[in-house]
Amino acid sequence: MLIAGFAALAMAAGFTPALAQAEGTVNIYSYRQPFLIEPLLDAFTEKTGIETEVLFLDKGLEDRIAAEGENSPADVILTVDIGRLVNVKEKGVTQSVDNETVNANIPAEFRDPEGNWFGLTTRGRVVYASKERVDQDTITYEELADPKWKGKICMRSGQHMYNIALFASMIAHHGEEKAEEWMQGLKANLARKPNGNDRGQAQAIYAGECDLGIGNTYYVGKMITNDKEPEQKEWAKAIKVLFPNTEGRGSHVNISGMALAKHAPNRDNAIALMEYLSSAEAQAIYAEQNFEYPVLPSAETAELVKSFGDIKPDSLPLAEIAAHRKAASEMVDRVGLDEGPES
Amino acid sequence: MSSFSLNTPKLPAADRRARRQSHKWPIGIVVVIAAVVLLPVATLVVAAMGGTGEDWPHLARYVLPQSITTTLRLLVLVALGSGVIGVGCAWLVVAYEFPLRRVFAWALVLPLAVPPYLAAYAFAEFFHYVGPVQSLVRGLFGFERPSDYWFPDIRSTIGAAIVITAVTFPYVYLTARVVFLMQGRNIADVARTLGAGPARVFWRVLLPVARPAIVAGVALVLMETVNDFGAVQHLGVNTMTLAVYSTWLNRGSLEGAAQIAVIMLVLVLVLLTAEQMARRKQRFHAPRGTQINIRPPRKALSGGRALAAMALALLPILAGFGVPLAIFGRYALNRLYQFGEPALAEAFLTSVAVAVAAAGLAVGAALAILYAARLVRSPVMIFMVRLATVGYALPGTILALGLLLSLARLDNAVDAFARSHMGFSTGLLLTGSAAAVILACAIRFLALAEGAVQAGLEKLPPNLDQAARSLGRSAPASAVSVLLPLLKPAIFTAAILVFVDTVKELSATILLRPFGFNTLATYVYENASRGAVEEGAVAALLIIVTSILPVALLSGPLMRDRGA
Repeated sequence: MLIAGFAALAMAAGFTPALAQAEGTVNIYSYRQPFLIEPLLDAFTEKTGIETEVLFLDKGLEDRIAAEGENSPADVILTVDIGRLVNVKEKGVTQSVDNETVNANIPAEFRDPEGNWFGLTTRGRVVYASKERVDQDTITYEELADPKWKGKICMRSGQHMYNIALFASMIAHHGEEKAEEWMQGLKANLARKPNGNDRGQAQAIYAGECDLGIGNTYYVGKMITNDKEPEQKEWAKAIKVLFPNTEGRGSHVNISGMALAKHAPNRDNAIALMEYLSSAEAQAIYAEQNFEYPVLPSAETAELVKSFGDIKPDSLPLAEIAAHRKAASEMVDRVGLDEGPES
Repeated sequence: MSSFSLNTPKLPAADRRARRQSHKWPIGIVVVIAAVVLLPVATLVVAAMGGTGEDWPHLARYVLPQSITTTLRLLVLVALGSGVIGVGCAWLVVAYEFPLRRVFAWALVLPLAVPPYLAAYAFAEFFHYVGPVQSLVRGLFGFERPSDYWFPDIRSTIGAAIVITAVTFPYVYLTARVVFLMQGRNIADVARTLGAGPARVFWRVLLPVARPAIVAGVALVLMETVNDFGAVQHLGVNTMTLAVYSTWLNRGSLEGAAQIAVIMLVLVLVLLTAEQMARRKQRFHAPRGTQINIRPPRKALSGGRALAAMALALLPILAGFGVPLAIFGRYALNRLYQFGEPALAEAFLTSVAVAVAAAGLAVGAALAILYAARLVRSPVMIFMVRLATVGYALPGTILALGLLLSLARLDNAVDAFARSHMGFSTGLLLTGSAAAVILACAIRFLALAEGAVQAGLEKLPPNLDQAARSLGRSAPASAVSVLLPLLKPAIFTAAILVFVDTVKELSATILLRPFGFNTLATYVYENASRGAVEEGAVAALLIIVTSILPVALLSGPLMRDRGA
């Protein structure tokens, strides 16, 4: 009775179930914010006449597709973070794609060997340093544990997926024991309890709360171009971007990527979208829009992004890094990283 | 509910049997509603049991002790804060007369319009190093660097407690004030004639009398605190709710997350039981006639005391409402054009439509279970009512996940049946439409509706509808013709509480919404999740305003009705 009642209410409110198999559309389940992908999708619709529908979720996307099963309207999955790409594959909600265009556009190191996910852009997890208070222009991740930075480092929660991926790469390179020692050192060097987002770390450096922060490259572009909140330009001006380990193995990079949903009702349209997203045109829009690095080697990196300096990405395969995520997450708990420096 | 049994004469055995017969349907209704509410919970418990337990040594050693301690510390602080502020303000506006008292009396409800995640963001900005407060401190004392002076960190357990208290104390304020107005008057008068001063009356007479109501209000506040995700995440306070998410999302262990959620559920059942036990002692059906017409004697304050009273009432309003309004107002000023965007108008309409539907559903269910419980007074019934309101205790995302898993299974079963027997596909009827979101909100906020309706129902003596029934009306007919009209204010309150919380609801909506479905809260969140809350400021203001309007409606009649 209750269910009948609220179904009636729902109908009265004018909400009907989404059409899963409408002609000429492609349904996107996205962990990426709609505004980031809108310019791309608009260009895609203009080119192909295929309409796009986006559902933005921030948690549980894999679980939702899995629960919906064969009736899932999802065609294409868009997400950031290698961990999530690996998750969607492991949850069994993707299918393999073997498409010449896509394979030609996306270098092998940025896609799943079995074709279940494809990287679209990369972003470096770098060190923001105070222009005023930090003299050196090179740095390594390992150095962040050096006591000389005691009380000088700011970061967001250690459990955030961007940091988890970074810590997983430390485990991949140094083994669990060494990585944990390093994390202890990092914790001891924190200026305060990890909090906020990457932008907040730049703000903290600007405010003088700390000298170093850990953040993604594209946030710097976002702040520099923020006309509506000009004070963010000040934060960005207060920092310089240091690409860690440039002289060694290279900086840790993460990816944003796409996958084809297992029961994609609009499979052909979905493939068309995936081809488009990997194309030089789309890659350039993506890079320009969000200040990320395109994965297609021939696509142009935005001028502003180039001005941060040259990035040398860590060559360790992302799939291997993703395998250490659970260990990294547990290590953060064990070390008590999120409790801050004193505890 | 047990209070009513005192007024119910023992019936002969045959009559009792006849009554039990006729009470099958109320029991049926309650069972159905409780089953719907428990569906997501049961799904989660099953998921929790499906876990291998391999994560337990880690969780038990490194995650749970710390997160349980943090959660309990937060709960104690918020309980103290909201209790003191809520009761204090209620007493202030009921017992004293000072300039603008009436305005303060309803403005103290305003913070309820601000969801904790928005309050957390505003407070973090407000007290940040580059924010207005610290800038002022530096300007006044000539400090130049953070190391020059000490300033309390809002990003701490105490900070989170302040933030959550600032926007949830009105729950206590509302319940305490009603009791001070309604119940306290007669006994307070008696105490006064016996020579007790106002302070003595407050501590010795009114506070003990109001205790059940205060506990009920604090319990609501605490459940909101347990459930909060956005505020504690922003402020870096590692509560159990955060542990649920990091276990689910970073370790990919849905089972482990469900296990922690089940522990939280136990914690909340304890809270709910405390609330119910406190309410059980409440037993006032004083004749209405003696209360409505007597104006409470208010002590008039003047001069410095009046100013102090005004300042005391103003402070919580400024904190819980003024600060968020100022922060978002400033951002919105740079984005006035957003008011004209169709996307925002659509989100607004969706929010209102969903909130109206959820309010209707929740109030309907609350009336059904409470009326059934009035007819059938048994411990089992009381327990069922309690079970039906546990939805409020679950973090939105966890509830939504449980609901998603169970509803999708139902959808697919219906679809499979339709395909094989009728030759067409129904698709995802519930999870593919707004129905899932509405149901999630109704389940979550049934406790609010139940609490408000129950408070109203308790004031109606049982002989009211029994009289109607003795004149030959059936139970449902007497309920509709006698109880419903008298319950109007309580129903109105219940509907508005659910409406406001649904407008603010975020986490369940995000997980369950279908394509092209945006509420004001998801609109704000889409911006906040990319670290640009300022882009969502206009939507945030709309949430606050949409929540204020019904709250104002709510406090208007309340004021007039009771001469407050």
